[in-house]
Amino acid sequence: MSSISPQEIKQEFLKSKSGIIGITILSTLVILSIITIVIIPIETFQEWNNPSSWISYPKIAIPVWVNFLMIEKIPEHQILEDPHIQTNVEGRILSTTHQFGVNFEYDEFPNDFIYEFTAKYSESPLLQITVFRPDGIELELISTSLPFSNSETIHTERVFSTDELIKKKIMLQSELFEFDLNKLSTESIVFSKIQNNIPLKGNYIFSVNLHSVNSENSIPESKLIIGGKAFGIMGTDELRRDLAVGLLWGTPLALFIGLVVSIASVIMGLLYGVYAGFKGKKTDETMMRFNDVIYALPVLPFLIILSVTISNSIFVMIGFLMIFGWVGIAKVSRSMSLQIKTRGYVDAARMMGQSDSKIIFKHIIPQLLPYAFASIAISVPAAITTEAGLSFLGLGDPSFPTWGQILHDANTFGAAARGLWWWIMPPGVMVAMTGLAFVFIGNALDTIVNPKLKR
Amino acid sequence: MFGVLMITLLITIALVGSNMDTILKQGTVIQVRTEIAENPAIAESFSSVKEFEDFVQNQIEQRIIILGLDEPWHSPQRIGFTMYKILLLDFGHATFLTSDSGSSDVKDIIFEKLPRTILLFTTATIIISIIGIFLGALSSSKIGSIIDRITSSFAIISSSFPVWWIGMLMIFLFAFTYQIFPARATPDIPSSDPGYIGALLYHMTLPLITIVIIGFGSWAYLVRNFMVGIMQEDFIIAKKTIGINQKKIVYTHALKNAAPPIITILALSLSGSLGGAIITEAVFDWPGMGRLYFEAITVMDLPVIIGATYILTVFFLVSIFIADLLYGYFDPRIRTSQ
Repeated sequence: MSSISPQEIKQEFLKSKSGIIGITILSTLVILSIITIVIIPIETFQEWNNPSSWISYPKIAIPVWVNFLMIEKIPEHQILEDPHIQTNVEGRILSTTHQFGVNFEYDEFPNDFIYEFTAKYSESPLLQITVFRPDGIELELISTSLPFSNSETIHTERVFSTDELIKKKIMLQSELFEFDLNKLSTESIVFSKIQNNIPLKGNYIFSVNLHSVNSENSIPESKLIIGGKAFGIMGTDELRRDLAVGLLWGTPLALFIGLVVSIASVIMGLLYGVYAGFKGKKTDETMMRFNDVIYALPVLPFLIILSVTISNSIFVMIGFLMIFGWVGIAKVSRSMSLQIKTRGYVDAARMMGQSDSKIIFKHIIPQLLPYAFASIAISVPAAITTEAGLSFLGLGDPSFPTWGQILHDANTFGAAARGLWWWIMPPGVMVAMTGLAFVFIGNALDTIVNPKLKR
Repeated sequence: MFGVLMITLLITIALVGSNMDTILKQGTVIQVRTEIAENPAIAESFSSVKEFEDFVQNQIEQRIIILGLDEPWHSPQRIGFTMYKILLLDFGHATFLTSDSGSSDVKDIIFEKLPRTILLFTTATIIISIIGIFLGALSSSKIGSIIDRITSSFAIISSSFPVWWIGMLMIFLFAFTYQIFPARATPDIPSSDPGYIGALLYHMTLPLITIVIIGFGSWAYLVRNFMVGIMQEDFIIAKKTIGINQKKIVYTHALKNAAPPIITILALSLSGSLGGAIITEAVFDWPGMGRLYFEAITVMDLPVIIGATYILTVFFLVSIFIADLLYGYFDPRIRTSQ
């Protein structure tokens, strides 16, 4: 091992193809995680395991971009929160109208539709929902009065497409359709052609009217959900969670875990090994025995026992991974420091009366730095996959959902058996890509540090 | 060696000891209560509820003292006793899990599962090492060729994929999309059936393929790197100049010299694979040690956890020891230097 200057390393590194690929992937991941941290509020992510915060999302929806590859378009899940609002006064009747435009260009019926609203009123206003279809037909869905109240009240309700009132209302208008409406669900009637039961494409307008007599009314919150089978860039899982959020937030977490574990364990191993090698004799012997003991412990069973009995907090987990990470590096850096120790300038420094710590930090460790960087890069993937593995077994920290935990959920809900590829593929690909970036970088550094491998 | 084993055991016991005590104590309480409930005469002989409760409490305390549970788990007596029992492979009885034949003796459970894990992972490791040595030798003889590049890049790529994820993909592809192999690796016929071994082998294919695919790349890469180092040594160059044919040099002379590190890694990876089996077996539902371990942890079946950790550690240490011996045998330089 000859000493190489940082400039040389940089030059050599830029020459190696794998090094550049590694750096490119890594910087993409870093940019991705910065964007994630800035754009996606941390609250969404902390609510990951809280089912109620995902209620308006669809179940196991396929990613939206699949539609570009398909001839038969899958209905997208649409959450419309921005209605066109009108208020009218006709004599004593005051009406508020919220209109939602729905562009429906798919070859399958939606799963359902839900109108979610919060109304502010007094007495008992009338709620009417009407659909204006692309073929000009006006279909009345519901006409019901809201619960009576003397004073001004705030009322929140969800109107589901499965509502009996809607069914009855549609059956009353059954003469509009040329086929039998019995046993058909509401959404497959509303979005159907008249002649036969296939989806009618075009622009629909859902119009919500609230009529009240002699009193003010308003709908401060109003949301129409057209339940589809496709949603978001990454789709959703069984618990209606948007997988894109989990995947994106997993990136900074994985990088954090990988880097902290590998940097800390390399520093620990380096100092331990160098000190043992430098001191030699009895100290070396005892320190290396201790090293052997840790080396002989079965890592994974121990990690599992530790996380079950002590805590599954992510920070504790990082600590455990460090405990097992430094051993190999300590061994190598010890043998390296044994070689360096015999060199003339170390002897000279010792004769000049320099303290041990100064010799170690000024003369030995700088020599080992290239090796240290290479081993940091190489040990990152191991840390990430080990964490992912533990999470996969269900031992992850529930407040920090990682890629491994997404895969754990996928496995418990039988995603492989049900063909939910968008739930299995992306997290694994992300784990692999992150690992790959560091392996590439590590390998490029390794060939520079150990020239013997180059040929 | 022995010291390491004892330290591992000590740590395990220290980690699970306090939990074990609570569970055992609860167990005795339930036992005493059911015994009394089964015998209504005892309950009738007391005049008041309080008196009866006192009696029950008394019984429980007596039982706890008999079992030695009154001392904390970290008292030297109890640790010594536990360690002694474990050394004799007496792990006690499992709290929840049973073996396929219904025995709750931890020793039975472990010795029922162990052969299956060894079967799967030893077969896998042997296949991996054969492919790996062959590919490694091939690519080292033609450095820079297409084979060499493919092997190296495959090694790098495959090493960053988690085995269990590939496992999930394989199940997805070959068990559900194309229904070639079963998804669950546990055969559904009882182990007494004559066709059991055949079924077991058939169910073993998918995990085996997965492990081999992930494993052989890095093996080939390692072997290649050893070989490259050896091919640069003087005696090989001398042989080349004499005119011995390249193939013969690579497969006999060079490979022989690369044997010691290869064998060490073989021994280590054999035992290492047993530890890594936990996740792989959980994915494929292979009825071996790894799944046993995982199940034991999910239900906190402590005797099983301790027993399995012990057996895994023993295997690991024995293989390290064997690797050391083999290294000395194959590389005489080690013997003379000591």
